[in-house]
Amino acid sequence: MAAGSGRHSASPPLFPSVAAQDAVKSLYPMVNEEETPLPRCWSSKDKYSFIGLSQNNLRVHYKGHGKNHKDAASVRATHPIPAACGLYYYEVKIVSKGRDGYMGIGLSSQGVNMNRLPGWDKNSFGYHGDDGHSFCSSGSGHPYGPTFTTGDVIGCGINLIDNVCFYTKNGHYLGVAFADLPSQLYPTVGLQTPGEVVDANFGQSPFVFDIGEMMRELQSRVRNTIQTFPVPDTHGQWQSMLHRMVSTYLVHHGYCATAEAFARSTAQDFDEELTSIRNRQKIQKLVLSGRMGEAIDTVHQLYPGLLENNKNLLFMLKVRQFIEMVNGTDTDVKTGAGGGGGVGGRKMCGGSPAAIERMLHFGREVQHMSQVLKIHLGKSDQNKKMLQDAFSLLAYNDPWNSPVGWQLDPLQREPVCQSLNSAILESHQLPRRPPLEICVAHTRQLLTLMSRSGLGSCAFSSVDHVLGGSPLPPTPPSAATTTTTAAATNALHHHHHHHYHHHHRHIHDQ
Amino acid sequence: MEVLPTCMDVEHSRVYIDQLYSNDSQKCFQAVSELKFAVIGSVREKGSIIEQGVVVRLLQILRAPELDILLKTEVATVLNSLAKGLPEHAAALVQAGLLPVLWEQLESCPSGGSGSAYTQMLLCCLRSIYRQGCAPPPPAWDQKLLSSLIQHGYHPPSNQECVANILAHACKVSRTNEQQQQLVDAGGADLVACLLCSPVSRVQLPALHCLTAMCFNNERVSSIIATKSYGGKAVPDLLVGLMARDRPRDMQLAAATALTFLHRAGALSADDPRIIYKTLQCLVRMCRRDREVWERVEAANTLAYLTEVSTDLQRTAAMTDHLIHTMNDYLKDTTPPNASVPQGISVSPVSCRQYDNPSTWPELMVGAALKVYASLGANDEDIRQRVIKTDVLMNTIVTSLSAASPPVQLAAVRCLHSLSRSVHTLRTTLQDHVVWRPLMTVLKTSNNEELVTVSSSTLCNLLLEFSPSKEQILDQGAVEFLCGLTRRPHPGLRLNAVWALMNMAFQAEHRVKVSILHHLGTDQIFRLLSDTDVHILMKTLGLLRNLLSTKGHIDQIMQCHGKEIMQAIILILEGEHSAEVKEQALCILANIADGDIAKSAIMSNEDVLKKLMNYMVIPNVKLQIAATFCISNLIWNVEEGAAERQNKLREMGVYKLLQNLMTTTDTGLFDKVKTALQQFH
Repeated sequence: MAAGSGRHSASPPLFPSVAAQDAVKSLYPMVNEEETPLPRCWSSKDKYSFIGLSQNNLRVHYKGHGKNHKDAASVRATHPIPAACGLYYYEVKIVSKGRDGYMGIGLSSQGVNMNRLPGWDKNSFGYHGDDGHSFCSSGSGHPYGPTFTTGDVIGCGINLIDNVCFYTKNGHYLGVAFADLPSQLYPTVGLQTPGEVVDANFGQSPFVFDIGEMMRELQSRVRNTIQTFPVPDTHGQWQSMLHRMVSTYLVHHGYCATAEAFARSTAQDFDEELTSIRNRQKIQKLVLSGRMGEAIDTVHQLYPGLLENNKNLLFMLKVRQFIEMVNGTDTDVKTGAGGGGGVGGRKMCGGSPAAIERMLHFGREVQHMSQVLKIHLGKSDQNKKMLQDAFSLLAYNDPWNSPVGWQLDPLQREPVCQSLNSAILESHQLPRRPPLEICVAHTRQLLTLMSRSGLGSCAFSSVDHVLGGSPLPPTPPSAATTTTTAAATNALHHHHHHHYHHHHRHIHDQ
Repeated sequence: MEVLPTCMDVEHSRVYIDQLYSNDSQKCFQAVSELKFAVIGSVREKGSIIEQGVVVRLLQILRAPELDILLKTEVATVLNSLAKGLPEHAAALVQAGLLPVLWEQLESCPSGGSGSAYTQMLLCCLRSIYRQGCAPPPPAWDQKLLSSLIQHGYHPPSNQECVANILAHACKVSRTNEQQQQLVDAGGADLVACLLCSPVSRVQLPALHCLTAMCFNNERVSSIIATKSYGGKAVPDLLVGLMARDRPRDMQLAAATALTFLHRAGALSADDPRIIYKTLQCLVRMCRRDREVWERVEAANTLAYLTEVSTDLQRTAAMTDHLIHTMNDYLKDTTPPNASVPQGISVSPVSCRQYDNPSTWPELMVGAALKVYASLGANDEDIRQRVIKTDVLMNTIVTSLSAASPPVQLAAVRCLHSLSRSVHTLRTTLQDHVVWRPLMTVLKTSNNEELVTVSSSTLCNLLLEFSPSKEQILDQGAVEFLCGLTRRPHPGLRLNAVWALMNMAFQAEHRVKVSILHHLGTDQIFRLLSDTDVHILMKTLGLLRNLLSTKGHIDQIMQCHGKEIMQAIILILEGEHSAEVKEQALCILANIADGDIAKSAIMSNEDVLKKLMNYMVIPNVKLQIAATFCISNLIWNVEEGAAERQNKLREMGVYKLLQNLMTTTDTGLFDKVKTALQQFH
């Protein structure tokens, strides 16, 4: 125990360094940056010539004549604000108000004239420092907030659920400035007189305003909407649907006793007979323990015609059988050695010459089958590769440590098992995949679709949260996974260590 | 539907009531159990049981030492159920003497055995009574009793909920400084800190209400509470946690109120981020249109209190989330039709039942908004101008002054008072809306002391010499009224009245001054000059000084009242007063010395002259300057009889004194001395 924890604490603290590396990303965990990158700095291309950039393109200074409003100049961020942010926020510190302090902070669409301050044109929105007015796609402003000048920090936030924009000054919330915003807006600042310099913070450093709390409020609002979403339930149909979701899941995975008990207590019809579940369980057990020959025989016996009508599946089973023969698990002689075993003493087909003979014979059978399949069903790259990989095992003295050795891993039995199970269920007019799983997958898919369609609520909706109650933003998911894994590993270590210790003492006592 | 008469019920179907009086404890228990099932959930049944006087018997059982604890627990359960009925039911129980019995029983419960079912039920019963809002505090706030009540409050959660509620309501009924202190001494602050960390909102909310009541206006208690902590977190930080935006709204509001009270009692400063960022933003957020009416009213009232004093908080609030506009919505009757009455413990005991009648909501909203405006505009002229420009505000103030209920009238006057601090506003908006008229009506008709105090403060501003309303107010008999106010027992009223008279007398016409002197009377001036409140004394001297200005007025007034005024000044100069007070008196003398005829009042009084000489050498430059200035006026060259006066003073040694004073290092005094010496031939 002591040794375990010592080693753990000696390892570098993974979590903080990851978080520090990408503070921007951690603010918006639901954003898929491969599709929609976050704005992280000002664009050196999308700006007027009177704008100069420095300090990793975060500092903006004015370098024009600044005679009148025709000398105004703006710059946009590198990317538009992704809807999946839910709530987006950036801050601008006024380093110097320059000659007149005609600075505008806001948002604009791509293509809006950069020889202007934000807010003056269509699809452009700004809050100006000299008069404190807000400009909503118009040359004339409305009284909005206080003026701002050197030393002030102005924040601009956009709520992508309600499509409104608000500002903050030195951490104080000024209220909504614009509503009904279009999508795909870029953070934008504009300057107009010499000496004006502003620095942007897109989330690289902590904000002056507490945006996290506002995010949590939106999050709880969205969750509340989801949780209280009305489901019209006439004549208890909703409930019976839920019951069916649970029972089909149990039946699908063969939780026999549970399914039976559940069906009984909810008075449901039991679509599949108990024996069928038991049969599938039996087959699953055989496949998962690598006894493929027996598994195939059992399928033939219990579901006649199933494999005959599904030659590709049969081929997959046969190939797996071949692999298991190499593995030494699928033999007539029950050695009980199983797939695992010692590191050094593992031999092909359990080391039995007879078994090797049978394996080679079986290999020829499978190859023949592959040729027949090719004639009847046409060429299949998948089948070809499967067979090639399997036969490659024979090319090595120690197939387990060969480049194709992964096939011998018992884990590889699982996809085979699932395919077989699904095929059996399908033949009984039951879904290949349980509706419960489809619902979860469907919801996940909808969330990504929401993100692509610009619906900000997706930032605060999480299937995982509903199912597992795990914390959501602003915890970065990658870091969270790391921590969990580390904790799990640690727990495992601990357990193992403890066992060993106990065992040792036992011997000592004797 | 026909309802059977109660007596028939008793005769025919309630045999168990007879059994209650049985000496067989088995039978008695059976009867109490049946009674319990009969009353649970039935308001009618509760009422009828109480009417039949069963409560007396139940209390008897509780007090009987020989009876079984199980039976007593069952009885307490019945009483708890009865207490949860209508407020009248709870009141009847109190009337029947329930509270002393419960307290007595609770005291006899061992404090280690808090978990016992009997203790729990006693606490539930107390809680139910207190939540009905009709109960007095624990008898005499007995320290031992409080301590044991608080000890019971730690465990289990049901006790936490009960004790938190009992304390929250008890604090509501009586929150004098002593009682607040007693609660803290008995361990109330530690318990509350612990309860704030409960995961159950039914415990947290009453704990917040209790904390708020303990802090209200009590610096000492607040500073103690602010330093308490639980689980390594200080109480103010715990409160910030409960105020987070994803917490239930009633919780946010209660936590913000607690932090506000801590701030106002000096435990947290205005620039503490927990106040100027968190609390302020939370309260402004709670005023938004999408909240319930009661939440908006509570939030605005608290916000007005939070921002009443600090200019920084006023400025921040004025720019936060369009607050000035939001408040303007309050003034327009826009109560949404589906607004709901606060449920259960959401609202603090102090304001419970206040929102029961939706027809009063518009008025509550107007009152709250006017208070917010009053606070926002208290100090900053920019904010004041923004407030004045909002729609319907001035009309609302004028109508509220004349037509609303006293609390709203008060809010309207407070708002007007804030606005009247602006010279610009006095000259424009306030004049345009003839606000002095309803204000005078309030002053003349109201007997609400607070209302009259704020109104008279406002009147002071309206009587400033640059205020165009001044003349009109005078015509309304303001002098007579204000002079009357100076005779009121409330010191605040006396102060405002003298202050207003002082403003009124500043550069006033002779007739106004005469009118003031006539209505006030010299007797009253003497009384005010011997007032224990030094502020009143100072303003009275200020009034005299304003009355005695410009030669003509000085002479005329001194001719009529010279003797009394001189007496008054001597009274002050001889009394035990601070230098500021004496300086005022000397300044009045200097004014008198400026008159032509009035000079003789001083010259003929050797005692006063000696006093003046004495003040010329006293080690206080301000007094020396004032006395020298007076001398300088007396011997002013060009005036008639100057030579005579100079001779007299020279004889008395004044010239010598002045020469000695030429060595002073104070330039102010030096100038005055030099001027005086130049007058001598």
